[in-house]
Amino acid sequence: MSDAAAVQSPWQTAGIVRIEKRTPRVTSFFFQPSRPFAYRAGQHVDVRLTAPDGYQARRSYSIASAPETSGAIELAIEKLDDGEVSPFFHEVAAVGDEIELRGPLGGHFVWPEDESGPLVLVGGGSGVVPLMSMLRHRAARNSAVPVVLVFSVRVWDEVIFRHELIALDERQDGFDLMLTLTREAARRPADYARRVDVAMMVQAMTRLPEPPGIAFVCGSNAFVSAAAQALIDAGVAAEIIRTERYGV
Amino acid sequence: MVTRGFSSGRRPPADGDARIPPGQYLEQGFPVLSAGPTPRVRTEDWSFTLKHGPRPIKKWNWTEFNALPMTKMTRDIHCVTAWTKFDTPWQGVLVDDILADAGVEPPTGFTLAHAFDGYTTNVPVADLTAGKAMVALLYEGKPITPDHGGPARLLVPHLYFWKSAKWLNGLQFTTRDEPGFWELRGYHIYGDPWREQRYTDDP
Repeated sequence: MSDAAAVQSPWQTAGIVRIEKRTPRVTSFFFQPSRPFAYRAGQHVDVRLTAPDGYQARRSYSIASAPETSGAIELAIEKLDDGEVSPFFHEVAAVGDEIELRGPLGGHFVWPEDESGPLVLVGGGSGVVPLMSMLRHRAARNSAVPVVLVFSVRVWDEVIFRHELIALDERQDGFDLMLTLTREAARRPADYARRVDVAMMVQAMTRLPEPPGIAFVCGSNAFVSAAAQALIDAGVAAEIIRTERYGV
Repeated sequence: MVTRGFSSGRRPPADGDARIPPGQYLEQGFPVLSAGPTPRVRTEDWSFTLKHGPRPIKKWNWTEFNALPMTKMTRDIHCVTAWTKFDTPWQGVLVDDILADAGVEPPTGFTLAHAFDGYTTNVPVADLTAGKAMVALLYEGKPITPDHGGPARLLVPHLYFWKSAKWLNGLQFTTRDEPGFWELRGYHIYGDPWREQRYTDDP
């Protein structure tokens, strides 16, 4: 285990340079840090909001953009109705606003692409965000590492980065996209319409030329628990599975 | 720096203020965070080993460990992902009582806690003894669920909660303060929430 990442990451201001609605509940905010920094696919930043009375709220958000992307960092933020920070972004934040940001952070949920072999990515809802950074990183490098992404959402319109993912899938360069919709019929022949399960993970493994070297699972705790267990039951070694869980 | 348009927020009740460390918010639920899949450890397969470096000092099975003196501890806990939860009720074996049963004084000033999934975290001896920490077996009077670290987890409530290793299977005295899993991956070597020691370069 040598993916150590000693960070030097003081708070800094970052301006919102672009806002792009991704799905009805997820919007991407592009931040230009005053002091740009290098990061690795899968890492996150902390964001801090300060009220006039000094009260501060901070949250962690995964980076969606690839490390190769010059300039702004993309955070795709899901609106949580009972949230404290995400409603601010969805209802108040505008291009030109400045917030405080710190990063990059996290040294575990990152893809050590040169050593790890075929990659399995499993995302639930906005859990796809750090996986998207890995896929964009792979595409930017023209990497040939075989990758399968199992992406579970409720309905077709909630497939974050849908056009981009399908375009990447159509390159047929070793990336395979498996969408599964839990509340709608499947739209594409290779897709599913149920919650992730062992049979689906077994199918995902057949899309790789050899067993995976590493697996990343990200989403709500319930999703990650189920998906990680399904991977294990499909024969994936627990030791190669890295997880990141959102929320309660 | 005041953020334009941010004024609401989830402020804690006035009487709770002093119990919430800087940068934390009050959480009513109990979020689950971990670096990998949840191990399912059966109590018949469970054991806890106290070690000094590579040398085992004493090993307990589940039955033997449950025969040690039990202590209740209700504490506020603080996760580095910024949630704080008040009054979490635990029951388990104080590290003091583990050492007493093994008949040893701490041979060094540092420990590494070990878990069934390979997780490690470093905690100084001074933060484990004098009633400060326990190996917890029950939460709210019931066996700790696998998601929350059952059958047994370390409880060091005055440090960020990644120090309270889930699925605990051992405590190892080390000569030096050796960074554990998250401490090698950008997180603070000590992790005091009141000094907001989240990441490696925090003072």
